[in-house]
Amino acid sequence: MRLLKIVPDDIAIPFMRFRKLFMMISTAAVVLSLAMVFVKGMNFGIDFQGGILVEVRMPQAANLGQMRGQLGSLGLGEVSLQEFGHPSDVLIRIAAQEGDASAQQAAVTAVKDALGTGVDYRRVEFVGPKVSSELLLDGVLAVGMAIMAMLIYIWLRFEWQFGLGAVAALTHDVFLTLGIFSLLGLEFNLSTVAAVLTIAGYSINDTVVVFDRIREDLRKFKTKPIPELLNGSINATLSRTLMTSITTLVALLALFFLGGEVIRDFSFAMIFGVLVGTYSSICVASPLLLYTNVAARARSGGDASEEAAETP
Amino acid sequence: MVYFAKWKIVLVLVVCLLGVAYSAPNFLPKSITEGLPGWLPSQQVNLGLDLQGGSHLLLEVEVDEVVNQYLEGIAESARATLRTARIRPRALGVADQSVVVTIAKADEVEKARGLLAPIEPGAEVSVDGERITIEPREQMLLERRQSALQQSVEILRRRIDETGTREPTIQRQGDNRILVQVPGLKDPERLKAIIGKTAKLTFQLVDMENSVNEARERGRVPPGSVLLEATEEDRAVGRQDAYLVKRRVLVSGEDLVDAHQSFEQRTNQPVVSFRLNARGAKKFGDVTTKNVGRPFAIILDKKVISAPVIREPIITGSGQISGSFTVQSAQDLALLLRAGALPAPISILEERTVGASLGADSIAAGEIACIVGLIAVIVFMGIAYGKFGVMADVALIFNLLIILAVLSVIQATLTLPGIAGIVLTVGMAVDANVLIFERVREEVRAGRTPISAIDAGYSRALTTIIDANVTTLIAAILLYAFGSGPVRGFAVTLAIGIATSMFTAIMVTRLMVVAWLRRTRPQELPV
Repeated sequence: MRLLKIVPDDIAIPFMRFRKLFMMISTAAVVLSLAMVFVKGMNFGIDFQGGILVEVRMPQAANLGQMRGQLGSLGLGEVSLQEFGHPSDVLIRIAAQEGDASAQQAAVTAVKDALGTGVDYRRVEFVGPKVSSELLLDGVLAVGMAIMAMLIYIWLRFEWQFGLGAVAALTHDVFLTLGIFSLLGLEFNLSTVAAVLTIAGYSINDTVVVFDRIREDLRKFKTKPIPELLNGSINATLSRTLMTSITTLVALLALFFLGGEVIRDFSFAMIFGVLVGTYSSICVASPLLLYTNVAARARSGGDASEEAAETP
Repeated sequence: MVYFAKWKIVLVLVVCLLGVAYSAPNFLPKSITEGLPGWLPSQQVNLGLDLQGGSHLLLEVEVDEVVNQYLEGIAESARATLRTARIRPRALGVADQSVVVTIAKADEVEKARGLLAPIEPGAEVSVDGERITIEPREQMLLERRQSALQQSVEILRRRIDETGTREPTIQRQGDNRILVQVPGLKDPERLKAIIGKTAKLTFQLVDMENSVNEARERGRVPPGSVLLEATEEDRAVGRQDAYLVKRRVLVSGEDLVDAHQSFEQRTNQPVVSFRLNARGAKKFGDVTTKNVGRPFAIILDKKVISAPVIREPIITGSGQISGSFTVQSAQDLALLLRAGALPAPISILEERTVGASLGADSIAAGEIACIVGLIAVIVFMGIAYGKFGVMADVALIFNLLIILAVLSVIQATLTLPGIAGIVLTVGMAVDANVLIFERVREEVRAGRTPISAIDAGYSRALTTIIDANVTTLIAAILLYAFGSGPVRGFAVTLAIGIATSMFTAIMVTRLMVVAWLRRTRPQELPV
């Protein structure tokens, strides 16, 4: 049986020749993403801004217009309705009510009374302002600390230039994910933070594989010009990079289409992250090494290990 | 590398076998696993509330209220002490964790200080001009806060246990919070109603000398009395909506020894019957003897349930609370009275309730996604790497079984994001094998013999695999540290998945590859 090879054995794409283009694209994408986040803002779920969320299953296909009328007249402030994966499933979001916990309960009760009987309440969530600000802080802290911890790990295992390149790629991925969430108005909640952190992990994972090869090649080919060497390393690991991205994407696509409505945004974030992460480890992390003069130190000092001795 | 120590072979086989054994109960219906002999593994994965349905409530106990009550108590004794000694305070009140007394006459300050010093042992009494400050030590306030939280946990446990729900989790969190998790709940609203009530019951005489309207409209509440609202149920049907009640508490819920729902004999209305302890019975007997013909108010959490007229002295210590009750609400009140009052009010900070139908849908969707993802990856690996791909697939299946086994054994909670973590692991677990196989391909191209290519492939890929996985592990650990609820479930499965996939991808596939190499001694590698 002929085996599938997603890239030919003798592939030699001159990635380094396009490095300026990649840099321009990535810089533009990051700037646009940040602009989206700051201008349009994030569509925070109740986890981060507080409020009430009720998922109901109506006895028959829901009439959103009619429901909007029923719920809008309750005086609960902003009420938003959204069909949720099924014509009879509706997601109701209500802004946090003035007053204490009993005011929130009263709002939920009012909704239940307005919708009448025969309705299945699949999910009721309420997050108070105190908790939502804590959750937001925890989320930001988690992402920030994860990036720091990875930076330190890469720095310990490689030279600092690699750490910088890896974290630049990872930050790039995180910003782009935030940007796409803002652009598409997808709900940003606790599980999105989980997705962002996983994307960070995946992105670093991908980058480390390429870096590992670069480090090995730096020791092996002491006289090769750096751009050429980087190209060689990227091409050598290209097949693996793509294979792993594909298997991960395949699993994530199954999750996106079949995993249910509740985790669809989560799956989307991961799919997007895997795509961007694959791009960034090839086109952002490695070209950055060129600018940080990685070769000088790695070649002169280079910690001698068994691979270093194994020059062909 | 091609050599495989005997003990390593045994280790790999044992781990795989244990994985199969301990994951097996999850594929059997509960009726079978419960009937298994004790030595067989029978634990199934613990499903999170988002999968089995249930309520997650984060509560805040207003512990400062307890400190306040404590300080008010000190202020009250100070007032009484000074009154007995005929010293007039110009002002006396609670201010910022202390009680401040301002004495009217300067020459009485020393005397007052002497009298006030012993009223609260351990409190610091200081004088500044005419002001005497009684400040309890920080430690005493802290102890009161902590014991209030502890007591609240116990009372909530009693209340929730009485509703007959199975396996509730009630935990302290931090200085003033309680996390309540109740799986498989039919009526979350009732749970909240039961949790949220302080359930402080008092009997107080109704102030008949002054008018309610006068007090309400002109704000003229006579000293020694207090204006209280009626219950919402009463107000809704247009009964008397406020009462003027004497401040003095005749009998309180602390003296209650039993309460249960019953029916009033004449009207057949649901009521709550109660019994008082000896002390309460005596007090109640005295008061009712003296006040025949006058109404007394039954007050729960500062709302008047009802104000029946005392027809005859009640000396047995037993009585009935009537009011606008349904059978359910009378049962709930009886439950609350039996379990006791919370030391401080409680508010709900966060609620997440998932119905059983959504949970079941999520499990079904998660299972399908997992199976489809698995099959797709298996097929893809087979196409890409042939024989080696199949070996990686076998390792992948063992990986999933071992994840399930670990989750079952440590009784970690599997949540919906946790299922997503498993599906993601399916995609990422083959990464280690991809790395190895790609490396082997390269080594073959570089002209190595099959055995030497595989040897080099495994040893060179190993450092990369470890570096790559450690970084993902860092993300998982931080997710666990900062995440809450379902997100933690994701971190747990992700972390377990990383560990097990390294084991299966490196050890299990290598065992298979080595066995295959030995048997066939190939001249060429099918990669």
